[in-house]
Amino acid sequence: MNRLIVRIAVDRLVTGLIAISVALAAIPVIILLLFVVIKGVPGILASGFFTQSFHPYGVPGGGVLNAIVGTLEIVGIGSLLAVPVGALIGIFLSEYGRNQIGDTVRFISDVLTGLPSIAFGIFGYTVLVATLGHFSAVSASVALAVLMLPVILRATETALLLVPHSLREAGLALGAPRWRVTMEVIVPAALGGIVTGALLAMARAAGETAPLLFTALGNDYLQTNPLRPMGALALTVFRNALLPYSNLQDQAWAAGLLLVMLVALTNILARIYVRRIQR
Amino acid sequence: MSRATAEVIPAPPVAKSHRRRFNAGDQVFTGLAYAAALLMIVIAVIFVIALVIPALPAITSFGVGFLTGRVWDPVHLRFGALPAIYGTLVTSAIGILLAFPIGLGAALFLAEEGGLSAIRGPLSFAIELLAAIPSVVIGLWAFFILTPIMRSIVDPFLNHTLGFLPFFRGGASGYGYLTAGVVLAIMVLPIMTALSRDVIRAVPRALREASLALGATNAESIWSVVLPFARVGITGAVLLSLGRALGETIAVTMVIGNSPNISASLFSLGYTLPSVIANEFTEAVGKVYQGALFELALILALITIVVNVLARLLIWRFKGSEPSVA
Repeated sequence: MNRLIVRIAVDRLVTGLIAISVALAAIPVIILLLFVVIKGVPGILASGFFTQSFHPYGVPGGGVLNAIVGTLEIVGIGSLLAVPVGALIGIFLSEYGRNQIGDTVRFISDVLTGLPSIAFGIFGYTVLVATLGHFSAVSASVALAVLMLPVILRATETALLLVPHSLREAGLALGAPRWRVTMEVIVPAALGGIVTGALLAMARAAGETAPLLFTALGNDYLQTNPLRPMGALALTVFRNALLPYSNLQDQAWAAGLLLVMLVALTNILARIYVRRIQR
Repeated sequence: MSRATAEVIPAPPVAKSHRRRFNAGDQVFTGLAYAAALLMIVIAVIFVIALVIPALPAITSFGVGFLTGRVWDPVHLRFGALPAIYGTLVTSAIGILLAFPIGLGAALFLAEEGGLSAIRGPLSFAIELLAAIPSVVIGLWAFFILTPIMRSIVDPFLNHTLGFLPFFRGGASGYGYLTAGVVLAIMVLPIMTALSRDVIRAVPRALREASLALGATNAESIWSVVLPFARVGITGAVLLSLGRALGETIAVTMVIGNSPNISASLFSLGYTLPSVIANEFTEAVGKVYQGALFELALILALITIVVNVLARLLIWRFKGSEPSVA
């Protein structure tokens, strides 16, 4: 009888501990978002935040136009490089990849996924910055593209493998060649997964800071030439946070909020898209 | 295709020319797919070269002593990696120690079926959302919000209660190993939770139900059925989280204090492999200084690759498939 009470007490205790850990796991994200919103909104509402570039230290005002343009351009070029190549590699893995080459590519992709993002910065630096002799936005795009590849190709492979085999067989039975079956039957059927993968990869790339430190470097002026150093929202957050000027720190919070909204928007878009495709 | 009747079966010339054209299409497409796959292998080779070649000057000039050197003094060109390696290991260990019990507990809750299912979805979503927040934003939050809390509440409390241990001695600035460890715990929590949840979900229901049917309480069946079954997979989840913690750069750089120390006290300022590189790279002048940073990057890459490959082997052995969260 006594033992039973102990057993029940232990069970209750474990249930309680599990409840506490769930709360502890969910609290950080709530606190984080709360602070980013509260601290970031004033900076976003400040005049000139979206329309002006960085103002020198001590000069009030200024905005992050240079960083917004930079993030969009760097991630945009990176996506243009990574999405087609990543999708094609994903198609290779699911359609032709049951061999040594496929296994090698999968292994490389897994290793790249596990590499710290700073390693991609070093990659971009040695391959492009050191050889061209100067920092540039395009080197950041290449570094981010390589960082995005594993996400996109894995998402593509998974999505393609989920397409029912009967669809493929039906296409082939109608006499269509393999490539047309792949491009006109299987890829459209798996498009939801592929687009989701691409969007998630873009969201991740937009939030990365470490690779940009060695490639895009940052730029306080509006710059659209991809061969020149360029600012980015993540770089603004990182640099401004450590500066002893309150208006610049406000900008850091606001840029952080903007970054979170960008990432959240991309994630939500991906979810909505999946839902629409599944219907 | 449209005239698909029995009489049309013998139509060799048309079919032949069609097949030839389609075969050409197939060959082009296959060639493209193989080219893309080969590009991936080329990227990997370039990646290895890009990490190894620039590190060579440092490797040849410092030798093995680089790994054990305790002095990091760029002004006098004396470079030892030990403070950074130590800081990386200590902060990651703190991060995993904090995140493991919380992540496992949360995973046990999220993997369960039945009751309270209404809050499971939102909770899962909230925890996964944390993984999507850029690390620089977490660093920003930690720099302005977490460090004052650590300085005025957590560190003095630990010093007061556990001050007899060498880990909790000395003055606290709010920056340093412990704060960086807490940040890492927050950052790896989503992966730890999501992976453990998937592993626990893969435990056969029949096993759990058998244990409950035999009269075991929920806690007892977790302890003696679920956890032993999921042990290998959970170990894999911990290792993957460790891989993430070891390489985390920006958030750690913002709170660790960036000072090459080796100190038992978790309150003291430190350095980690990625934070040295991020912090000093743009000011590194000269082949030797830059080479030393490149060698740190190489060491970091090697450590994380080993940890990740181990993790994937374990999870793969457990599930017979790939981990769902990368």
